[in-house]
Amino acid sequence: MPLSMTLTLNGAARDVVLDDPRVTLLDLLRERLDLTGTKKGCDRGQCGACTVLVNGRRVNSCLTLAATLDGAEVTTIEGLGTAAALHPVQAAFIEHDGFQCGYCTPGQIMSAAGLISEGLDAEDPERIREGMSGNICRCGAYHGITLAVQEAARRMAADGQEDAA
Amino acid sequence: MPDTLAQPMRFGSSSGQPVTRRDGIAKVTGDADYAADHSPSGMLHAVYAPAAIARGRVTAMNTVAAEAHPGVVRVITPANRPALQGDPADKSVMFTFRIEVLQDDTVRYAGQPVALVLAETLEAATEGARLLDPQYAVEVPRVTLADAESEPVAGQGFGQPADTTHGDVDAGHAAAARSVDVTYTTAAQYHNAMEPHAIVAQWEGDHLSLDVPTQAFALSCAGYARYFGIPAENVTIRCPYLGGGFGSKAIPAGPLVLAVLAARDVGRPVKLALTRKQMFGPVGHRGATEQRLRIGADGEGRLSVIDHDNVAETSTFDDFVEPAANASQGLYAAGALRSRHRAVRLDVGTPGPMRAPGEASGSAALECAMDELAEASGIDPLEFRLRNYAETEPGTGRPYSSKALRDCYLQGAERFGWSGRPSAPGTMRDASGLLTGWGMGTALFPAPMFAAQARATLKADGTALVETSAADMGQGAWTALAQIAADSLGLPLDAVEFRAGHSSLPDGGVAGGSGHTATAGGALHAAGLDVVRQLGEIAAADPESPLHGAGNAQFVARDGRLFVEGDEGRSDALADILVRAGGAPLTGTGRGARAPEAAAAHAMYSHGAVFAEVKVDPDLGQIRVSRLVGAFAAGRIINPKLAESQLFGGMIWGVSFALHEEAKFDRRTGRIMNADFAGYHVPVNADVPGLEVIMVHEDDPHVNPLGVKGVGEIGIVGTVGAIGNAIRHATGRRVRRFPIRIEGMLG
Repeated sequence: MPLSMTLTLNGAARDVVLDDPRVTLLDLLRERLDLTGTKKGCDRGQCGACTVLVNGRRVNSCLTLAATLDGAEVTTIEGLGTAAALHPVQAAFIEHDGFQCGYCTPGQIMSAAGLISEGLDAEDPERIREGMSGNICRCGAYHGITLAVQEAARRMAADGQEDAA
Repeated sequence: MPDTLAQPMRFGSSSGQPVTRRDGIAKVTGDADYAADHSPSGMLHAVYAPAAIARGRVTAMNTVAAEAHPGVVRVITPANRPALQGDPADKSVMFTFRIEVLQDDTVRYAGQPVALVLAETLEAATEGARLLDPQYAVEVPRVTLADAESEPVAGQGFGQPADTTHGDVDAGHAAAARSVDVTYTTAAQYHNAMEPHAIVAQWEGDHLSLDVPTQAFALSCAGYARYFGIPAENVTIRCPYLGGGFGSKAIPAGPLVLAVLAARDVGRPVKLALTRKQMFGPVGHRGATEQRLRIGADGEGRLSVIDHDNVAETSTFDDFVEPAANASQGLYAAGALRSRHRAVRLDVGTPGPMRAPGEASGSAALECAMDELAEASGIDPLEFRLRNYAETEPGTGRPYSSKALRDCYLQGAERFGWSGRPSAPGTMRDASGLLTGWGMGTALFPAPMFAAQARATLKADGTALVETSAADMGQGAWTALAQIAADSLGLPLDAVEFRAGHSSLPDGGVAGGSGHTATAGGALHAAGLDVVRQLGEIAAADPESPLHGAGNAQFVARDGRLFVEGDEGRSDALADILVRAGGAPLTGTGRGARAPEAAAAHAMYSHGAVFAEVKVDPDLGQIRVSRLVGAFAAGRIINPKLAESQLFGGMIWGVSFALHEEAKFDRRTGRIMNADFAGYHVPVNADVPGLEVIMVHEDDPHVNPLGVKGVGEIGIVGTVGAIGNAIRHATGRRVRRFPIRIEGMLG
C-alpha cells in the first residue's frame, strides 16, 4: 500500500513514498525524514510542540495525516533559519531567554512565525499571549516568549518581512 | 569567617553576569538532540500496553492478534518476559523506586505496563499494543485519600519523613490567645515535562548504550547496571539535553528498563517514548495531601505554636510520602513546633519528588493558615510575618548561614505597592468591575548539596577544558556552570570549553533539590583551584617566571594571569607558565560537597516573599492572576538572566498549583480521567500575567565556597499561598482546597 506523494519541504521538492497510511506529518518528519527538530509532546494536538507551517499556516503536525499533504509546502524549524543566519524570531527567543529546556521551543518558534504572518499587532501583548496559547511551555518561559514575539514582530515589521517565514 | 561581609563577595568576571544561554542556538534551530531524536540503524519501536484498571489481575491478552499484525516483531508479557538480573523491588541505589517490569500479572495502578510490543514502525507497534486487548479480574480500586485508612509512614529516609517536635506543643496551644484549626487539601499532580520519558537502548555484548533523559548520570548508570547485572562502567548514557525533568527523571523508570530488556532480548536497538497519557502513572507524581494546621498566637500576634499534620498518599508497593509538614518547621519563630505525617496506600503509581516536594504543598497550607490567623488577630499579613520573623532556626536555635528574608519582604512589598492594601476583604474592584485582591506568602527552600566531581584541564594555548556529567534540564547548567569554571581558572568564558551531559565524564551529581549549581559548580570551582595551585607551584619553581620563589604564597588566577595573592605587582600569564614547562596540559580535579560539620553548624535555606494580585469575576467566578511580584534571596546568583527565568518558571508552577493542576480519578475504574493536556490543565501563555522578580542581594560565607544556594524550586513555594490569600482578599471566600477553581467561587 505504499503511497507516493510530492511536497515542498523547507523550500526543496521532496518525493515521499509513504509506507503506511497511518503516518502523521510529525512521524514522517521525525521517524522517516530525519527532521527531528519538530517535537512530539502529546500526539493529540494539545501542546503545540509539533507546530510546523503548512502552506504558510501553523498546524499541529501530529494531527495532520501525511497522506493529505500531496503538493503542500511544509516549513519546519530546520527550514526557518540557520545558526549562521537566524530568523528574527529565533534570535529574539535567545535574546529574551524565551525557553529553558528547549523541547517546546521549535513549536513555539514556528507558532510565533505563523502568528506574526497572521498580522499580529506587536504592541498588544494580550493578543500575543492569546495567540501563543496553543503552545504549552512547562518550564514556564512565557514571560520571555511574549517579549521575544513582540520584539520579532517589531523587527520584522520594520524590515517589511512579515511573510518571511 | 565573619557572619556578614561589609562588601559583596568578589568572584571572577563571568559570575554575576547575565550571560545568554550557550545552548541557545542549538535550541532555537532544532539542533538540540533529545533522547527520542535518535534512531540507530536496525532500531525497533516499542510501545507498551497500559493497564486499564487500577487493581486486580490480567487474565488474558490477545497476543496472537498482536503478533500477527504486520511489522510486529515481538510481544513481551509476564508469561515470556526475559529474566532481569536485578530485583525490581531493590532500592539500594539512592532515590530508586520499586519498578513495574512485567514481573507478574498483578495490576497495581492504572497505566502500569502489562505488555510490550516491538515492531519495525511506531505505527505497527502502536496498533499491536492496542490489539492485545487485555482482560482483567477486577478488584475495587482505592484512588483517593478517603478510600483507605491512614497508617504510619514506613521507615525513614527519602520521602519517608520523620515526625518532629520542638518545644512544648500543648503549652503552645494553651498559651494561644487566638488560634486557627484548619484543614487544607492539595491534589495529585503529575510532572508532565514537555519531553515525555523516552529511551533508545543499544547493547553491544555486555555494554549498554543509552540515549535517555536523566537528572543524575551516575545514579542512572548504577540503576541500569544493577537491573542487568553488569558493572556500572559498562553503561553509557548520553543526554546533552533533557526536555524538562522536575524530579521525574532522576532514576530508571519501569517502562525504560523494559525497553532495555527488550533490546537485549531481540539483539537490536529499541526506542520507547511514552505517550502523554502514559506520563500519568509509572514515572512519579506529587501525591495528594490533606493537611491539618493548628496554629496559635498570643495577644501580640506572636506565634505560640505551629502544629502541622499531613496525610498523603503513597502506593501499595513502595513508600514516598509528600513531606508537606516539614515546610512549616524552618520558617517562623513559634514557641513550639510539631510536624507529623501519615500515609494512605492507594492503587496508584508511586509518588515521587516533584518540584519543591513537601515545600510546595506544605507552604500552600501554611501560608494560608498564617493569613487566617493574621486576620483573626486583626494584623496585616505582612506585619504578622514580620512579628514572627525567626532570627535563628526555630526549634534548633541554629544560626542561619544567611537570611535576607526581611529585605525580600520589604523590597517585594514596595515594588508591589502592598502598603495601600485595604485590610477588609471584598472591597477592591477594578475599572471593569472585577473583584480584586492582594495576597502574599513567604517562600522557603533548603539549600542542600549533594556530591559531584569535576576535572579541569588547562592547555598551553591559554584555553581550558572543564568536564563534569552535569544535566541541563533547562535550568541553564551549560551556561552557569561554565561561568563558574571560567572564574575558577581566571579565564574568559570564551576560552573555556565545557563538556557535560555524558556519563563518561566525572560524576556531576544530581540535578535536583535546587543543589546542582552549588554542587557541580563547587566541583568545577575546586578543580579550577587545583589547576591554579599546581600552576603556582610550577611558576614558583621556574626561574624565568616573575612568580619565581613565591612558593609559600597563595595564588589567584584572573584575566588569564596568575597572581600572588596580595601582591598585584607580580604576575605571569597562565599559558606562558605552561609553555615554559614544556606545554603539556595541566589537569586538576575537584569535589563538590558540604562537610557534615558545616551542615550541622548552620541552617541553610533560600528565602523569598511573593505578592499576588488576583481578579475574580463576581458573576462567573473566573479567577485570573493579574500580577505577581517575587523577591528572593538565594545567595550568590551566578547568572541573573537564567536565575530570573528559573524563578519565573517556579512562580508559574505556583499559579498552576493554586489554580490549575489536578489529576481527577474515576473511582470506579481507578483511572485518571484527565490524563492529557486537554483535561489536566497547566498554565498557557494567556494564564500568565506580568511577572516581576527581584533578586535580593545576599552574601553567604557558610553555605559553600561559592556562596551559592539555588533557585530551581523556591519560586513555587510562596506563590501558591499568596494566590490563595489574594482570592480570600478579593472575594471574602477562604477556599481550603487546591486547586482553587470556579466552583469554589460559587454558591
